[in-house]
Amino acid sequence: MQGDMEFASSENPALANYAPAVRQQLFQFVLQLADTSLVLGHRLSEWCGHGPILEQDLAMANIALDLLGETRSLYQYAAELEGQGRTEDDLAYLRSATEYRNPLLVEQPNGDFADTVVRQFLFDNFHYHFLKQLLTNADERLAAIAEKSLKEATYHLKWSSEWIIRLGDGTEESRQRVEKAIAELWRFSGELTMPTALEKELQAAGLIPDYAEIQAGMAAHAEQVLAEATLAVPQQVFMLTGGKDGRHTEHLGYILTELQYMQRTFPGLTW
Amino acid sequence: MNQSEWPLWEVFIRSKQGLDHKHVGSLHAADAQMAIQNARDVYTRRQEGISIWVVESKHVHASNPDDAEAFFDPANDKVYRHPTFYQVPDSIKHM
Amino acid sequence: METLEMTQEEQFQARIDADVRIEPKDWMPDAYRKTLIRQISQHAHSELVGMLPEGNWITRAPSLKRKSILLSKVQDEAGHGLYLYSAAETLGTTRDQMLADLHSGKAKYSSIFNYPTLSWADMGCVGWLVDGAAILNQVPLCRTSYGPYARAMVRVCKEESFHQRQGFEIMQTLCEGAPEQKAMAQEALNRWWWPTLMMFGPKDEDSPNTAQSMNWRIKRFTNDELRQKFVDMMVPQAEFLGLTVPDPLVKWNEARQAYDFGEVNWDEFWAVVKGNGLCNRDRLGARVKAHEEGAWVREAAMAHAAKRAERETAAA
Repeated sequence: MQGDMEFASSENPALANYAPAVRQQLFQFVLQLADTSLVLGHRLSEWCGHGPILEQDLAMANIALDLLGETRSLYQYAAELEGQGRTEDDLAYLRSATEYRNPLLVEQPNGDFADTVVRQFLFDNFHYHFLKQLLTNADERLAAIAEKSLKEATYHLKWSSEWIIRLGDGTEESRQRVEKAIAELWRFSGELTMPTALEKELQAAGLIPDYAEIQAGMAAHAEQVLAEATLAVPQQVFMLTGGKDGRHTEHLGYILTELQYMQRTFPGLTW
Repeated sequence: MNQSEWPLWEVFIRSKQGLDHKHVGSLHAADAQMAIQNARDVYTRRQEGISIWVVESKHVHASNPDDAEAFFDPANDKVYRHPTFYQVPDSIKHM
Repeated sequence: METLEMTQEEQFQARIDADVRIEPKDWMPDAYRKTLIRQISQHAHSELVGMLPEGNWITRAPSLKRKSILLSKVQDEAGHGLYLYSAAETLGTTRDQMLADLHSGKAKYSSIFNYPTLSWADMGCVGWLVDGAAILNQVPLCRTSYGPYARAMVRVCKEESFHQRQGFEIMQTLCEGAPEQKAMAQEALNRWWWPTLMMFGPKDEDSPNTAQSMNWRIKRFTNDELRQKFVDMMVPQAEFLGLTVPDPLVKWNEARQAYDFGEVNWDEFWAVVKGNGLCNRDRLGARVKAHEEGAWVREAAMAHAAKRAERETAAA
């Protein structure tokens, strides 16, 4: 496939400093981040034209566009790390569900607006705190991507936090819906900060942030927002994991079927 | 009909530092905070602004077009308020 | 002093003839107000419904770049609908009322959106042809007599300028690509060409309101004038792409300095207008569903705003 090269930069000299094994690990991790932003951006884009009011249709599309922009920067970096000549589109469109590394949360269906808001809130809360740590990351390129994305994620978190509050402290119906969404989706939030074997190694090498501090920041923010929303923070939830290791819910397969339809039907063409 | 239509807000945007906020349009929002964010999402998608004001439309009071003549025509004959009314000798610079 | 002897209506027309904009609080004839509300809301509805045929390809766009472009384009359409609803609201109606009229079938939207998008090339055709046709309509409306409408159209046209280009670029990429891509482009053009010509509305002799609207400068060219302009603009572009317009009667007329072309199938046009296009029910159904399923969200935000305002008052 002829990739889109407009954002691709020349070989990063810093990459030469990485041992091949580390470089491979970093490649896997950057892919995980890219898959995550892509799948969530894809999900949000499904709302386009179907939002509860025009103003919010625009708001959700803006978030989706931010995530897609981040996705592209990450895949481009991943492609460089891999060094096999694959492009951002090869990585997005020609990998199977079991090769995708996004956490389970982001592939969950849109459901009603409350489900989408809760999913977004859980992710934004992680994304924001994670990017903040990534800013001072040892890998310069990731730090640069984080700097741009953090501004966006700050706004996303504001948007989703305020909606949690509105829905929780709104009407009886909105309260019931958001409670139901929390009960359904909270169990996917643990995976975000539960390090996989790969993440543990990269953390040990000081290449990616430790999750303990991130988790603390997330918990504090969630507590504050839910309190303002007059909602209870779920306790002792059994956390589902696996997405970051390629073991997904069945939803991902359908996402990829749509996402990859053109590339799979017409292999090797330029669009 | 739905009784809870979000109120209408007028949006004013400062396009860059040093310029006035200018009226750009309106939108619906449940409260002021949301109105500002909606304005950001609706009216600044192409870097059109660096600062936003919103005013709920019902709070805007306007002059009546029927008064336009009485309001604005009397300024017509005050030509002496404009610098071009005065003749300055050619030899005088910087005035 | 002459103006003192004119009726309000004559004064109004004199201002329009002098290209003076009418603003919301100015006096205007009832018929002008009603016609404008109908026209602007119909335009807004078209933007809103127009999100659906393209929106349905966002998840299937063939590259990440195309996906971002398409999403931002469809999002722009939401923005355009919003600007136009706002312009109509200055005339004394509400968005809720306009949406109720859309949902009940009382208000119309552009019939072009009742055709299905079946292949990726349709994203090219919608941008290149449909947006191209829309721009011909919209650019003159930037000078329309009603101020808020004209200002909304300026904003719309500014943003719309990339829409047609991205559509053309999709077509060009397909036409320069593999044979199956070129075939995809031709097949899409075959399906979209005639419905796009229908976008300009019935023939002038079947368009009884045109004269009044032109007088009021809320319409600046007749349907047939715009249709001719469109054909003159598009035939050379299709040739550039190496595509064939599906009308054997298309031929350059040296005397007229314009292209001759065949007759639109007006039976199909009226059938789709009356609700019998392939997608009429799906499109309206999707809009009604979104609005109804959003009701509790809109109510929750209002309820929360009221609670918050109450608390602030209590604290003060």
